[in-house]
Amino acid sequence: MTQDSSNEKPWQAVRTEAVESLLVELGVIDSTRVDEIVHHYEDKVGPKGGARVVARAWVDPAFKQRLLADGLAACAELGLGGPETEKLHVVENTATVHNAVVCTLCSCYPWPILGIPPAWYKSSAYRSRMVREPRRLLTEMGLIIDPSVEIRVWDSVSEIRYLVLPERPAGSELMSVEQLADLVSRDAMIGVAKVSL
Amino acid sequence: MNGIHDMGGLHGFGLVDREEDEPVFHSYWESRVFCMTQVLDTQQVWNLDEHRHEIELMNAADYLTAGYYGRWLFAMERLLDRKAILKVHEVQRRVDELNVGAATLAPADGGPRGWPLPEEQKVRWGAWRHEMSVTPRFAVGDKVRVRNIHPEGHTRVTSYARGKIGVVDRVNGEAWVFPDTRAHCRGECLQSVYGVRLCATDLWGPQAEPNTWVFIDLSEDYLELT
Repeated sequence: MTQDSSNEKPWQAVRTEAVESLLVELGVIDSTRVDEIVHHYEDKVGPKGGARVVARAWVDPAFKQRLLADGLAACAELGLGGPETEKLHVVENTATVHNAVVCTLCSCYPWPILGIPPAWYKSSAYRSRMVREPRRLLTEMGLIIDPSVEIRVWDSVSEIRYLVLPERPAGSELMSVEQLADLVSRDAMIGVAKVSL
Repeated sequence: MNGIHDMGGLHGFGLVDREEDEPVFHSYWESRVFCMTQVLDTQQVWNLDEHRHEIELMNAADYLTAGYYGRWLFAMERLLDRKAILKVHEVQRRVDELNVGAATLAPADGGPRGWPLPEEQKVRWGAWRHEMSVTPRFAVGDKVRVRNIHPEGHTRVTSYARGKIGVVDRVNGEAWVFPDTRAHCRGECLQSVYGVRLCATDLWGPQAEPNTWVFIDLSEDYLELT
């Protein structure tokens, strides 16, 4: 594919317009359906869904048990689920274990639980380095893991998806489940950050 | 296939650049490519592994410069072309017209077309066949070697793990589709998928970080008992 230098738009934008217009003319796709899916990913799903799952697990030990046993079934209790995640393993961070998720082959990610992955998750740097030098990479990303803590990197190259259950921060004991969910960042659920107050 | 997409362990890609308050999509075309692909998925035009493999077939230099959604665009165009639903020359003609601001746009060619899809060509989405069962060959705690294979076609066994020994940490004993055959429309070859725990030292030798483990989900056919 070559650069279309005669147009101000990036070449991908022009090609995309060409493909979409032809597919619509041929009756293969309906642009309204595409609009609906864009709206779904821009406004309906995202890290807030995963954050609700994490906060609930922090306050409800029975839910946490169900979540660790069958991630997708527990997420479904909170109304989360959908395409591109057929099985979800939830991996728990503790005082002695830190988990982080990557997909070295493409960029597999639990879309229905966390939404679309950020650009850095899809970057060559993250995909190449996370399995080889996670401590160094996490340090660069602002997360220092004590050498005594075991690091587990999950290279999610099959159809099983991963969600990190971060540690609940000290001092959050009196917070409501909604307040707790507000603390939980997307990066903490990938395992490249911790949750703090 | 041994391609640039198989990035685990490569050097030279620099720092991970994180953007504050990143939007879901950075541009309109990215959102269209991603969501058009999802619509085509539901139309049963191609299967997931065909789509991944088409991206892998991209020229390595293009793979690195096209961006994530640029790769998806490439795969969409090529798969539509392969299946005679929309030919690349038809797209190129429309691109040329758009680039010069043509007043009228030529329609797609007349003649036979692979659309609507014949019933027998519709593919089934999803990787877990709930109605089928398989018997896992390995159990938790088994010592397994990741087979040293280098198939020319699609595979999900990462090159950095090939030939290495690990321990089965989880058995996903459901009936999972085998990507290597499905990508080439050679059957689903249902089998278990295992979470295999590998020690960083076994993967990276003296350059490994201490107290570090990598877990990879691998289809049964990628593994052998030691």
